Amino acid sequence: MPEESGLGIDPLRDSALAAIAAAPDLVALDQVRVCYLGKSGELTALLKQLGGLPKDERPAAGALINVAKDAVAQAIESRKSLLEQSALAARLAAGRLDVTLPGRGQRPGGLHPVTRTLRRIERLFADAGFAVAEGPEVETAYHNFEALNIPQHHPARAMHDTFYFDADLLLRTHTSPVQIRVMTEQAPPLKIIAPGRVYRCDSDLTHTPMFHQVEGLLVDEQVSFADLKGVLYDFLTNFFERDLKLRFRPSYFPFTEPSAEVDIACVMCGGAGCRVCKQTGWLEVLGCGMVYPEVFRHVGIDPDRYLGYAFGMGVERLAMLRYGIDDIRLYFENDLRFLRQFA
Amino acid sequence: MRFSESWLREWVNPSVDTQTLADQLSMAGLEVDAITPAAPPFSGVAVGLVLEVASHPNAEKLHVCTVDLGAAEPLTIVCGAANVAAGMRVPVATIGAVMPGDFKIKRAKLRGVESFGMICSASELGLAETSSGILPLPADAPLGMDFRAWLGLDDACIEVDLTPDRGDCLSIAGLAWEVAAINGCALTPVVVDPAPPAIDDRFEVSLDAPEHCPRYACRILRGIDPAALTPLWMRERLRRGGIRAISPVVDVTNYVLLELGQPMHGFDLGRIEREVRVRLAAAGERLHLLNGETITLRPDTLVIADAAGPLALAGIMGGAASAVESETRDILLESAFFAPAGISGKARSYGLHTDSSHRFERGVDPALQVRALERATKLLLAIVGGEAGPVVDVTAADRLPQRAPLTLRAARCAQILGLELPDETIAGILERLGMELAPIAGGWQVTPPSGRFDLVHEVDLIADVGRIHGYDRIPVSHATSAAGTRARPEMAFDLDRVRLALVDRGFQEVITYSFVNPELQARIEPEVKGLALANPISAELSVMRPSLWPGLLHTARYNQARQQERVRIFETGLRFRPGPDGLRQEAAIGGLAIGAVDPEQWGAPARPVDFYSLKADVEALLALSGDLPGFSFVPAEHPALHPGQSARIDYAGRPVGLLGMLHPGLAADLDLTGDAFLFELDQAALSTGVLPGFTPVSRFPAIRRDLAILVDESVIYADLADAIRAAAGELLRDLVLFDVYAGSKLAAGQKSLALGLILQVSSQTLTDQVVDDLVGRVLARLGSDFGARLRD
Ligand SMILES: [Zn+2]
Repeated sequence: MPEESGLGIDPLRDSALAAIAAAPDLVALDQVRVCYLGKSGELTALLKQLGGLPKDERPAAGALINVAKDAVAQAIESRKSLLEQSALAARLAAGRLDVTLPGRGQRPGGLHPVTRTLRRIERLFADAGFAVAEGPEVETAYHNFEALNIPQHHPARAMHDTFYFDADLLLRTHTSPVQIRVMTEQAPPLKIIAPGRVYRCDSDLTHTPMFHQVEGLLVDEQVSFADLKGVLYDFLTNFFERDLKLRFRPSYFPFTEPSAEVDIACVMCGGAGCRVCKQTGWLEVLGCGMVYPEVFRHVGIDPDRYLGYAFGMGVERLAMLRYGIDDIRLYFENDLRFLRQFA
Repeated sequence: MRFSESWLREWVNPSVDTQTLADQLSMAGLEVDAITPAAPPFSGVAVGLVLEVASHPNAEKLHVCTVDLGAAEPLTIVCGAANVAAGMRVPVATIGAVMPGDFKIKRAKLRGVESFGMICSASELGLAETSSGILPLPADAPLGMDFRAWLGLDDACIEVDLTPDRGDCLSIAGLAWEVAAINGCALTPVVVDPAPPAIDDRFEVSLDAPEHCPRYACRILRGIDPAALTPLWMRERLRRGGIRAISPVVDVTNYVLLELGQPMHGFDLGRIEREVRVRLAAAGERLHLLNGETITLRPDTLVIADAAGPLALAGIMGGAASAVESETRDILLESAFFAPAGISGKARSYGLHTDSSHRFERGVDPALQVRALERATKLLLAIVGGEAGPVVDVTAADRLPQRAPLTLRAARCAQILGLELPDETIAGILERLGMELAPIAGGWQVTPPSGRFDLVHEVDLIADVGRIHGYDRIPVSHATSAAGTRARPEMAFDLDRVRLALVDRGFQEVITYSFVNPELQARIEPEVKGLALANPISAELSVMRPSLWPGLLHTARYNQARQQERVRIFETGLRFRPGPDGLRQEAAIGGLAIGAVDPEQWGAPARPVDFYSLKADVEALLALSGDLPGFSFVPAEHPALHPGQSARIDYAGRPVGLLGMLHPGLAADLDLTGDAFLFELDQAALSTGVLPGFTPVSRFPAIRRDLAILVDESVIYADLADAIRAAAGELLRDLVLFDVYAGSKLAAGQKSLALGLILQVSSQTLTDQVVDDLVGRVLARLGSDFGARLRD
């Protein structure tokens, strides 16, 4: 289109477009905008020169100036978005990290494997409605022995390797005295487990003078050995997370009758025989039985009205089987390199 | 109890193999510990007769023997044993025999003489640890017969680990009853014919302590042959039962012990003065025992005495002075019943444990004594000859254990086992176990055998029914008794949560022994004397811990000695604090941190743990109580802590914990690298019972004013903060301390604290005027209370 105004619109537009295209960044681009479209920009100035034109030429010339302004504005917009995109791309490129570097800050420690196992046992029994009960560790001979039908000089007492303070005060050799305390203080029905530390005066390759047990006790009007089998079957299969073969082998505890030791098919070899199960295919994991009437008499529960079952298990042993730990002494050496394996 | 399987099978012979028999015993509560072959494998050994013994032409100590093996031609065998003699029957390993240890017998030339086999000693056949010379066999050993078969060596030694209630099973007889009951097969007990007295000699017995010894049977045997030897078959049974053969009298009593379960004792008759008196010892009496020890007796101890003094520790061990010796010709055989209550613990109290005490403590059948005496007499007469006197059986009948019948209800049996059994099944099991049953309505009156001391209550009978019927046949019931929801106080202390909080803050849980080294304990709290064990494992583990710190410090040292510089550990458990009102067993939580706060990492300098980093960990635990503001940290000294970096933690005016830096002197003694920080909290203190309470969130913006305040170094922050809170009142939503400075830019003895006051009310936007007034009040208060002024 031939320029009729003589105002030189086209060359100005072209120089503006060239300046836009050459603007290296947003700041330069904005200077170009001010330079052409600003209040005193060159294209803006043209509009002010319209007054110098003949009246009939003004509308056409005005329109031409506006077209040029629009073209420049549009060019600025598109250049701006281009520059913004490349600026973002440059920022992103500069912000590239090695995402494989380790994270920073604190790292969690861990629970002792015995606690880890105790929590698991407690939760499984909590699901079955057993509440946690606790008792002292420095115990009386009455609670630890006599009330559990283990009189002085009973051969079973000699088997306990007791730590004594004096004739009456000792370190509990099992968690069973908690049974006595609970039954003395609370009325049936009772449904408790008692986890905790126990002590035996014995220290060698396979014994530590302190270890942990979980005792269980249920007292109600209708309780049978079949119920006991059920609760232990559920517990052991859930604890080991597999369908286990169980064996209830008659045994003897002065405070239960009938009594049993519970063997599970060896979790290491599946029952074929290995070092852990001493080639028998079975692992003894807990002792249990029906509460003996003498015990009920000691705590003032009517043995004709109530029945009960009790069971006890060694926590270290269960943890050893679960995690493949082969030396019980590791538990109490507290070597961090051992403990961290159970975090 | 260890026994020969073939011996048991003479009494009861179910058609099951050895392993099945062992499994049956285990599953009946008589746990089989081990099954071992009676002899190691060997073959090709036969019974031979030495016809001639000639001396070896080239070797002084060797003999050239002609040995008849029942075949056409006798064999020439070179033998080095000193005891070989013509006319002896001996075990002979022939050419091709395989001896224990897979050693093959071949034709061999010994110093120029060819030998066609080997005459064996007991140890060469694996029948003894050691032996001197070849094994002589009795004259009736059949020539040429396979030695293994003749001696029944394809037998198993079964070891049962009996529970203390089953003293009745400490014999072949007792075990046989069980096996017969399990299998429902016939029992053929050994026949015991009374040995009629050949002489009239008898010994007077008096029971001075009938409550401890209600029955004492004995008899005299005169004119026994002191040169007689215990026959091989008996020695073999003893050996398979784990008992060493000694002499015929001892061996026979041991044999009867294994067979019937009655401990017996033989005295040298000539060394008993006038009488046998079963009495309690007089204090201070002394007795020289068979094992060579001399003990001083206590008056609670039962002895067998004569007119001169104690002869034997009743039911435990004989005395050396009255022991049967190689010259003894006249003996007194004892077969007594000592009550378990009187004998229990006595052997142990003298540091003794014998086959006899083991059985009497668990209970010997009080009806067995005369039968055992007759059995032993018969065996002895056959071995050593002599003449027996009449049986003297002195019994205090009213002191013998009484067996009242027990009532057994079928319904109770079903209720306890969770299994209904037919009446015939129940009755059948009990009868097979030797019980007498009289039917009553709904059950039976049951009289247990006299040797079953474990049957006291109805439930004991029920257990026997369950045991013999098989625990594996009792169903598995999943009927849980009604549980319902239990009381679960929301703000009850949650140890699990506390442990996990510490774990998440980088702590590793440890479990240390509750007994600690008293020396370390004394360094930590010299004024506390820990409860001491009477019989500790070692001196290092001899005192109950009054705090968790000894165990934590020991563990830190243990790990630092193993290249673990950074140790962040905690423990929960009881501490044992002796006090004027007796021992307090308190549950506590203790922690220790040493080394860097964070594990070593890139991009951040290692920050060593300090008082305030561990304080943050403690505050995190206190916050779990729901009432963190209720706890205060009070400067307080402690013998184990740095005097300037230790705090007591109080709640409701009561001390509930400690926090501080391990005293550098103690740290150096323990060889710890880096400053160690410790805390201990009462678990009970975290049970504040404070429930969260709701306050509305203000819609109006909060305003923050920062103040930098100069105070004297001795002013503690807690006092300053209390004053600010008091002066600011309820407009103060939060107070933030964001800097503490003391140093070259300030005058000596001064410090500056930078505080942010965050102000907000729920009803309006605060005006500058209100805020300025409040800041003015705060500054005025700080000025008057602490001489504080604004820092320029
Ligand atoms: Zn196995």
